[in-house]
Amino acid sequence: MTPADCFAKLPALLSDDTDLLRRGRWLNVDCRIDIGSEPFHLTIAQGALAAFDRGPRLMRSTAFTVRATDEAWCNHWKRMPEPGWHDLFALTKRGAASFEGDLRPLLQNLQYFKDLLALPRRLPEAS
Amino acid sequence: MAPALDPMIGRYVRLDIDGTPHRLYFEEAGSGIPLVCLHTAGADSRQFRHLLADPEITSRFRVIAFDMPWHGKSTPPDGWEKTEYRLTTASYTAAIRAFCQALELDRPVVMGCSIGGRIVLNLAIAHAAEFRALVALEAADFQQPWYDTAWLHRPDVHGGEVCAALISGLIAPQSPPVSRHETLWMYMQGGPGIFKGDLYFYRVDGDLREKVKSIDTTVCPLYLLTGEYDFSCTADDTLRTAAQIPGAQVQVMKELGHFPMSENPARFREYILPVLTKIAAARA
Repeated sequence: MTPADCFAKLPALLSDDTDLLRRGRWLNVDCRIDIGSEPFHLTIAQGALAAFDRGPRLMRSTAFTVRATDEAWCNHWKRMPEPGWHDLFALTKRGAASFEGDLRPLLQNLQYFKDLLALPRRLPEAS
Repeated sequence: MAPALDPMIGRYVRLDIDGTPHRLYFEEAGSGIPLVCLHTAGADSRQFRHLLADPEITSRFRVIAFDMPWHGKSTPPDGWEKTEYRLTTASYTAAIRAFCQALELDRPVVMGCSIGGRIVLNLAIAHAAEFRALVALEAADFQQPWYDTAWLHRPDVHGGEVCAALISGLIAPQSPPVSRHETLWMYMQGGPGIFKGDLYFYRVDGDLREKVKSIDTTVCPLYLLTGEYDFSCTADDTLRTAAQIPGAQVQVMKELGHFPMSENPARFREYILPVLTKIAAARA
């Protein structure tokens, strides 16, 4: 399974996590997450995924984008990630990920996004 | 049934730091060699509560952990509301020396973590003869910044929550969830702008590159320990620093991050007990 295929399971992973949904209940934002070269467009409403679109969308506006390489997501989603791959900022520091756009909603809800983007660790495919 | 009391006792000490009156909170437990513990940026002395409650340590050491000025239960100086807090190498060093003098400690051991580790290196550079041994946790002469500290103090971002969320990634994934969240809780409770003000020392004023080469470990032994999951002060940062200091004893701690004493007290104990045993043996 490719990293993008893993991330495609995000809606089910999030709907199973009532604690993360509770913590995100104030959050409404459109954002984009790039898994390697594949973009995902997320519309988050009250912490839940109101829309989740895989692949390019023409002229879709987004508050911010989180990008990382396939290698970075693969390592980040290991059940017990290695040092240097275990946190979004560890990835940006090593140059394997970036944050772009209006970072305010990201920083206002940083723990939510860190936990959201780590959810694929729970997949049976995670090693 | 007798109350289940933790062994440490908390008190306030009045002292002047650089001519300014302060009221600092500290906790202590045990007897023997004074061991002064310095917490990380934006946190407080609670990070050391497990050391303060460890009979194997307190049977040989008088463990003392104080809240830095502006942190924890230490009262900020009069007029604090009219100033922007900013820690410097000079003000941090002065606070530690003033605290040790106020408590009349005889050549204490000082153990500090993160900014506490960095200032320990400065104590080794500038005041080694005053100390019995120095222990620098998650310390290096310099570290590459990994985020913009402007996000730590602004009205549209909750300071406590963003501080905790940022540093959460510095905790090793193996650390017990209870200890992880207790560590984060302390970050959520810092005063506005205090973590940011501490990082002024870390990022701007406290660059010790080149200076660490002057450390003489025959005057005061120096131990450096860094968790492998710390990507702020990486193991390579610490190893590079130690390589410049003849006689420095360095260890990379497995399955630990930037807050070893609070994120995983049991694992940290495996690393710190042998160091403290060496220090105690040197005294004997």
